Amino acid sequence: MSALALQQHATLSHLDWLESESIHILREVAGQCANPALLFSGGKDSLVLLRLAEKALRPGRFPFPLLNIDTGHNYTEVIDFRDLRACQLNERLIVRSVEKSMRRGTVVLKSPGESRNKHQSVTLLEAIEEFGFDCCIGGARRDEEKARAKERIFSFRDEFGQWDPKNQRPELWDLFNARVHKGENIRAFPISNWTELDVWQYIEREELQLPSIYFAHKREVIRRNGLLQPVTDLTPARAGDVVEELTVRFRTVGDITCTAPVESDADTVARIIEETAATTITERGETRLDDQTSEASMEQRKKEGYF
Amino acid sequence: MSAIERLPEIDNGLLRFLTCGSVDDGKSTLIGRLLYDTKAILADTLHAITRSSERRGLEAVDLSLLTDGLLAEREQGITIDVAYRYFSTGRRKYIIADAPGHEQYTRNMVTAASTANLAIILVDARKGVLTQTRRHSYLAHLLGIPHIVVAINKMDLVDYDQATFERIRGDYLEFAATLGISDVRFIPLSALNGDMIVERGERLDWYQGPALLDILENAPSAHSERDEAFRFPVQFVCRPQKCADPRLHDYRGFMGRVESGEIAVGDEVLVLPSEKRSRVKAIEFYGRSLPRAIAEQSVTLLLEDEVDVSRGDMIVRAEKLCPRAPAPGTVSTRSALVTRRIEAMLCWLGDAVLDPQRKYLIRQTTRESKAAIESIDYRLDINTLQRMPAEGLGMNDIARVSFRLARPLCVDGYAENRATGAFIVIDEATNNTVGAGMIL
Repeated sequence: MSALALQQHATLSHLDWLESESIHILREVAGQCANPALLFSGGKDSLVLLRLAEKALRPGRFPFPLLNIDTGHNYTEVIDFRDLRACQLNERLIVRSVEKSMRRGTVVLKSPGESRNKHQSVTLLEAIEEFGFDCCIGGARRDEEKARAKERIFSFRDEFGQWDPKNQRPELWDLFNARVHKGENIRAFPISNWTELDVWQYIEREELQLPSIYFAHKREVIRRNGLLQPVTDLTPARAGDVVEELTVRFRTVGDITCTAPVESDADTVARIIEETAATTITERGETRLDDQTSEASMEQRKKEGYF
Repeated sequence: MSAIERLPEIDNGLLRFLTCGSVDDGKSTLIGRLLYDTKAILADTLHAITRSSERRGLEAVDLSLLTDGLLAEREQGITIDVAYRYFSTGRRKYIIADAPGHEQYTRNMVTAASTANLAIILVDARKGVLTQTRRHSYLAHLLGIPHIVVAINKMDLVDYDQATFERIRGDYLEFAATLGISDVRFIPLSALNGDMIVERGERLDWYQGPALLDILENAPSAHSERDEAFRFPVQFVCRPQKCADPRLHDYRGFMGRVESGEIAVGDEVLVLPSEKRSRVKAIEFYGRSLPRAIAEQSVTLLLEDEVDVSRGDMIVRAEKLCPRAPAPGTVSTRSALVTRRIEAMLCWLGDAVLDPQRKYLIRQTTRESKAAIESIDYRLDINTLQRMPAEGLGMNDIARVSFRLARPLCVDGYAENRATGAFIVIDEATNNTVGAGMIL
């Protein structure tokens, strides 16, 4: 039976295959788009994206700047790392902040303590308009969440940044269509087909440096709705809270007010891979307070222009 | 026992497969089962699912809710769009393209099938081979999926009866022969109970073949089974002249992915469509020099001569040019691969009908050309496979169409090469992708 026939030709390992597909996608962005940008937060997925961009485009400079939307509520370790990495790569980093949008009045918080995560969309759309970007490259993965599982690798957004899940461009083979009219843009997701485990295996293989908060460290936290809320200036302990010092690490880093660490003593990439392979909880479910609100919250945010 | 708790030791690469069937066939349950039994269904996702099941008044946990993603779909209880799911056994990574089965979603199945190397076609053991089974099989075949697995599901509802299985198998083989489908395997299973998916279960002793996961673990990867011609569409030309490093002033790297075949340093190559000859001076990857590159590898090629190469050109091996018979009525002036006219099976994907008076844009590999429709030879009724005359095409129609091209394209027949034989049709008014073509 041919289905069990021996393979005659060498094929790529799964990490090599994923890497090669991502490089192909990045080169399509470079080849098709006039004015793209790469969304870079300093988080692990976007650090993987940068390594892939190096592999795709060196020895040339990147044909796109790095763009960061700063909520003003990020861990300093991550922001420092962002700046360091952009400097090491000798690439242009553009930072636009949610706080400036608030001062302009385009972002209005319902309460001072409200998470700024979803308001990043406004600042992102403002940056897209300011620079006239026709494509934003992002590090989103389809395994993160149900709405993402159905999103294209080249995802079309109208001039309001809206994603229309019922009216997506068909995406066949590896023939990507990045054509847009003025004002519209594409979000391109080169690591769509990667899982959290793939990302960590790649970080290990490539010996990528990461912000320290991805590794086990001691931190004061409060147990809240089954999640660990770090005690910070932005998220202080309230009366009656029991503050514990636990050994934790972050699986995802984002806005301080909505990113929770997990209890873990994994202090090396190898130990994180071991934990990730054995884990029974998805990355976002365990660590993102904003995705727990409702089953469809990501779908909703994406429709509003979130990346 | 799946090995996901242990770290991968053997890496058998990656397999992309397609599942087709309707909700009634238990397709979502099958996928849920594969994910669940390979332990990739994670506890908190499961928690959300328990809540949804309660809300809809179901008793047991419904595995299908794991795969029905979008809010709009869950309201209607159907799957609208292609969803991609991932699992790993530690031996191999899998990407499932899950396509809805309803007739109106032909375009989704074509989309999902375009990247798959294996298709699982679900048949309800109580119903046997249906019109939709034929439709799915035809589309899988049309899209060039080399391996087909017919999964006869719901065996629990026919008392795990071997005769039922054999009868369906006979019916299917009879019909498959008319399509020319050669590699097809049959497996009885119960997705609901998990029989013959990862575990063999206790009620299908009469079936001696491998369980579904064993078939997947051993299925050949794309490009592994036969010799293929080297094809390298150029995506991007790297010219870092302004770089501080003087060694890079004359650097001209042709960046792309080996779509098929392989190439080694020193090989003689031809750049299409110009037909300029040169040799491979170096194959580079992130500062390293490689002696050769294989299918699906993204690399940078450097050539010995200063030939003009830009995005959209294709580099092929000079000595292995398999000539293509020129399409009737055309004069092949240059390489047999280079053509200004193509005949293709076209699946129309757009909301607006195909208008034969209009010009469309064709994108094939990294190249684009305006295209005029020369003729619509026939439309295929994918339920009966009968050929019908057609003036225009609507969404989900499949037809044989001839195009005249403004610029030459470098093509292979889709049956020989899925990367260079495939194209999409773009409507320039909307920039939407409105068609998918397979060159004959």
